[in-house]
Amino acid sequence: MTLPILNKDGMAPGGGWMYSETVKEHFFNPQNLLEGQPDESEFNGFGQVGSPACGDMMKVWVLVDESSDRILSMKWQTFGCASAIASTSMMSVIVTEGEGMTTDEAFEITPQMICDRLGGLPNRKIHCSVLGDKALQKAVNDFYRRSKQFDRVRVDRAKVVDPDTNITDKDIQEAVLEGAKDLESLQAKLKVAIGNPEFLPDVEKLLHFYVSKYYG
Amino acid sequence: MTVQQEIQELLKGRPKKFIYLDHAATTYVDSRVYEAMQPFFQVEFGNPGGFYELGKRAADAMQAARETVAGVLGCRAEEIIFTGSGTESDNMAVLGVARKRAKEGKHVIISAIEHHAVERPAEQLEKEGFEVTKVPVDKFGRIRVEDVKAALRDDTVLVSIMYANNEIGTIQPIYEIGTLLKDHKALFHTDACQAAGALDLNVEKLGVDLMTLNGSKIYGPKGVGVLYIRKGVEIQPLVFGGGQERGKRSGTENVANIVGMAKALSIAQAESETENARLKELRDKLIDGLTKIPKTILNGHPELRLPNNVNVSILDIEGEAFTLFLNEMGIYASTGSACTSTSLDPSHVILATGLPYECAHGSVRFSLGRKTTEEEIDYVLEVVPRVVSILRKISPLNLDADKVREKGQGDLKYI
Repeated sequence: MTLPILNKDGMAPGGGWMYSETVKEHFFNPQNLLEGQPDESEFNGFGQVGSPACGDMMKVWVLVDESSDRILSMKWQTFGCASAIASTSMMSVIVTEGEGMTTDEAFEITPQMICDRLGGLPNRKIHCSVLGDKALQKAVNDFYRRSKQFDRVRVDRAKVVDPDTNITDKDIQEAVLEGAKDLESLQAKLKVAIGNPEFLPDVEKLLHFYVSKYYG
Repeated sequence: MTVQQEIQELLKGRPKKFIYLDHAATTYVDSRVYEAMQPFFQVEFGNPGGFYELGKRAADAMQAARETVAGVLGCRAEEIIFTGSGTESDNMAVLGVARKRAKEGKHVIISAIEHHAVERPAEQLEKEGFEVTKVPVDKFGRIRVEDVKAALRDDTVLVSIMYANNEIGTIQPIYEIGTLLKDHKALFHTDACQAAGALDLNVEKLGVDLMTLNGSKIYGPKGVGVLYIRKGVEIQPLVFGGGQERGKRSGTENVANIVGMAKALSIAQAESETENARLKELRDKLIDGLTKIPKTILNGHPELRLPNNVNVSILDIEGEAFTLFLNEMGIYASTGSACTSTSLDPSHVILATGLPYECAHGSVRFSLGRKTTEEEIDYVLEVVPRVVSILRKISPLNLDADKVREKGQGDLKYI
């Protein structure tokens, strides 16, 4: 059917597209995608984060040149929404442009950087772009292990903020990324500091930190 | 062919289309409805509460609308209350009945697949000291009467079960539940927003005490709802003021919308038989075609479903990315994926049928409408497998359809 309200492109007014043009470009023309199964000889690092149940999962493969420590190639596969797909694609471009990032530089990539290069993401989609850098960092750590540079492996240690429930700062970070922006919704998700309000100040501090970090 | 080439190939041949398959979200306004509403914006703009001629004419138009709606529901005109939306009617029914009857008991029953417009007010009641029991559904999303019976208590004051589900289209045994409740003091409310226009709305036959309808799903205007309240049922109002709608819902009446709502309902009722038959044929064609795609699961009941509802979970891909691709191809559908909800939680309806989160993220709803043609369905069936192929190549997942079903509670016999 054709309705008279359509503009000349056949779209309803406003186009209905909530993403930037750059996101669209990467979504419809994904860069550095790995098709099919990887040829192990082409990579020396692999990282995977997320799960299908959470709605986002990413696999990242890297080829690092051992002498220069630069990432020569990065390939990926992503299960997730358009912004997750576009974010991984954009990250692969950032990592490999020029002579390629050094592995140390790879640890400095933040979701915000990817988001900026994509021309921004809607607020509630920010959480979709935060897995890519973690998958990349896992892949680089994997490279360190494979090349026996064990002292370079970087591990993110979580700090327990509520010993009763064993909730860590990482749990709070994740809950915020999943949409909890106030104490009520955070506690609905995590049951943190419900039994013991003395942990509340720390929890609230972390909550405000992550809310302003991800939602500005 | 690389994925990029596959995408370019698909987008290159993209015809300029507008195939709207999201009628369960909302419908356009039927031109007959639009026409009927016109006089009430600038000419017959009177306040129905006014005593002069202009006000009287608006009041008459509203009374005629009330009688029309009552005719479709098989009730008396004074049992019809007009509200601002389906959501408002649902809230009014759930909160209004429970609060009014709090002294008689503080237990309410709803189903696990109610619309948020019922679920959220029920949660509000919990904060006010009520107990709420959520009756589960089977793998087809159907409520079992035995479960409602088992949940009933001496202090149950309200049962609210939707007539047909908005996401998966499953039709609920309202008549059977109504019969069960005949000998119980609990009042029975049903949200019939999705059922209107497709199913019999006769409140006597169904045995309901309250029924919610709205305009925006039946080719009527947005911003208008109906709440049928059986004579003798008392509710506490949500909105206080000038005492309009028999004191149950104050505020100057939206006459144009009310007239449009009644017109839309009478058209939907008159055309439902032929339209249902036509839609069912298209629906089944779409279901048959989509479920031929490997690892695609039909959500909802194969037969006991709304004539215009198709809902499938496509494994290994995520619904938001999928529907955006369809959007680019001129097809408008919606998804139960977490990524399109403001809460970032995936569809509670798909999860309630026993499927795991993976399936909820990949669920897609196509809801057909009056102008949907067979050519459009053919086009959808040509585009969808290509989009699935592309997104599955981008995805690292390769879920086992049988295992996914085992992981959930359901044991779907069909794919």
